[in-house]
Parts: sequence; C-alpha cells; structure tokens
Amino acid sequence: MTSPPIPTEAPVTLLPSGASPQRPGLWELFIAFATISLSGFGGVLAWSRRMMVEERKWLTPEQFNETYALCAFLPGGNIINFSVIFGLRIRGAAGSLVAVAGLMGPPVLLVMFVGAIYAHYGDVPALRRMLTGVAAAAVGLLVATVAKMAQPLFRSSTITAPLISLATFISIGIVHWPLPLVLMVIVPVSIAVAWARL
Amino acid sequence: MKADGSTYLSLAGFFAVLSLFAIGGGNSAVPEMHRYAVDVQHWLTDQQFGDTFALAQLTPGPNLIIVALIGYHVAGVLGAVVTISAMCGPSCVFAFFIGSAAERFSGMVWHNVLSRALIPVTLGLTASSAAVIAATADYNWTAAAITLATALTAYFMRVHPLWAFAAAALLGLAGFI
Repeated sequence: MTSPPIPTEAPVTLLPSGASPQRPGLWELFIAFATISLSGFGGVLAWSRRMMVEERKWLTPEQFNETYALCAFLPGGNIINFSVIFGLRIRGAAGSLVAVAGLMGPPVLLVMFVGAIYAHYGDVPALRRMLTGVAAAAVGLLVATVAKMAQPLFRSSTITAPLISLATFISIGIVHWPLPLVLMVIVPVSIAVAWARL
Repeated sequence: MKADGSTYLSLAGFFAVLSLFAIGGGNSAVPEMHRYAVDVQHWLTDQQFGDTFALAQLTPGPNLIIVALIGYHVAGVLGAVVTISAMCGPSCVFAFFIGSAAERFSGMVWHNVLSRALIPVTLGLTASSAAVIAATADYNWTAAAITLATALTAYFMRVHPLWAFAAAALLGLAGFI
C-alpha cells in the first residue's frame, strides 16, 4: 500500500533455502501457531491468513494460497498440514514439530478441561439444552458451507460432480457405510472422471 | 468408563487409519467417528456424541480437537493424548514428505485433477456430517428453527460463528429446546 516490497523486507520464500533475515525462530513459530489456534473458533483458516500474511508478513498472499491449496487435498486437518509444511520450510523437521505442537498443544489441554467439566455436569438439563442448541447452530453452519461449495459445482454443465457428491452423501450420511471402503471406491471414480474431462 | 490396553489400542488403531482417510479437513471425518464410537464401540450415546461435537465447536482450535474430546471421554487424559496423536501422526508424516517434494510437483497436471476430483467428495462428506449431527441432536421446532436461521445467516452474511452459538445456547438455557 505505501511502498513496493523491498528485497530486504521480502517475506521468506517457500523454498527451504538459506538464512533469511526475517526467518522466524522456533519459539516464534510456536507462539505464532499457538496464537492462531487459540484465536480461531470453528476453523482457523481466517486467523492463519491474518497472522501469516498481514501481521508477520511471513508469506505473501500468493504463497499462502499456494501452500493452503496444497494442504487442502492432503488427508488430515488442513490447518494442521499447513503448520507441518510451513514449519518444515522455515526450520526443517524441528520447525514442523514445533509448529504442530503450538497449533495442537494449547487447544488439546483446553479441550481436556472442557471434557472434565462435561464429565461432571453433562447431565444437568440446562447444559444439555444449551449444547443441543449449539449443535443445531453448528449443523446450520455446515449446511451453509455445503450450499457455498455446491454453487460452482452445480453451475457447471456436467452432472457427474453432483452425482459423486450425492453418492458420497447417501453412502456415508444416510446408509452409514465405513468411510475407508466408500472412499476407496468413490475417489478413484472421481479421479477417473476428472482425468477424462481434462 | 474403564479403559484397558485394548481400549487404547482400538482408539490408536481406528484414529490412525482415519487420519489418512480424512480428506477435506476435520468435519469430513465426523460421520465415521460417529459410526465407530457410537454404533460399533458404544463408547458414547448419540446424545453424548452431539454434545461432544458442540463442545468441540465451542473450544478454540482446529476442528479436529473433537477427537481429543472423544478420547478423553473414553479413556481420560491418556485417552485424549493417544487419540489426538493417532489422528495427527500419520497425516502429518504424509504432509511432511509431500511438503519436502512439493516444489517439484506444484503446477503439474495431477494437482489439478486431484483437487477437482476431491471437491465433490468433500461436499458429500460435509453434507453427511450435517445429517449425522442433526440426527444425534434432540430436534424440536426451536432446534430446527436455529439450524435454518444459522444456515441462512451464514450463507447470506459474514457472521462470526460464536454469535450463532451464543444465541442458540441462550435459547437452550431459556428452555426453548
């Protein structure tokens, strides 16, 4: 906004290259991912972008998008994969470990505390009703996510993508078949379809 | 709940496998967690699973911390640690090796094919999560109205999820659910 990026102030590259003057240390990495983790409710993507791109300027928007796109199709939590790969590129294997520890450690401690409270008070009717309300709201959020994801899929002229979504929904959401079995059939089919339309 | 060696083994084995099948993030794996923890192992009731999901939503952090809560419910602190480690370990190792090799791969054709192939599947899995959680929650008209209102607001506006959760919890506290 004020000035074009100057080489010395450029964010670190995605390549695991030599020392960059701004390369964050392990402790900084831990604090950054712990902060991202504890700031984010119901998903932490928005917070990781704010921290990585806007506040610390460790990644350009393009680098962030590229790394995130890579993480989105790896198995496991997207943001967890992001922390693994970001940590790796900044500080190698130790960076990966520290970033994941920062991301997962604090919320896991917190959630055990929550679990302990629930174990004591889970039968209190008022708490039950509150949690049912929260679950109902969370279902609403999922429905909105589904609607947003469906838009581009259903706008395209082909019927195959909606059919794959529907088949996945019926076999997992309605019939409750085991996920690994369903994915071992549906993912190869979906890849074959995507490949054929290339 | 009593937890012996075989309980930890079941937790570790199930979540380690799930780790590699959780495509599209933590919410995609919720139906499979429900199938195994409620239907197969009877570790939790439907109601407890719905509560667990709600509690995980209320706790800051990645969505996947729901697995630590399930582990805690089944086998205490050690159960939580075993479960979250099993859920993160294999996928993190996988990401580590892909990340080391990714510069050579990025922009190649398979990246495009794979992402296009996985989006419809992820969509179906997210819809499944909504269906499974809705089935565990004790739905009455108020709960259904909360779901509908939250879906519409989240679709048409940018609202922080905590506001929706707070409003829903207040309605529950006031006895409308």
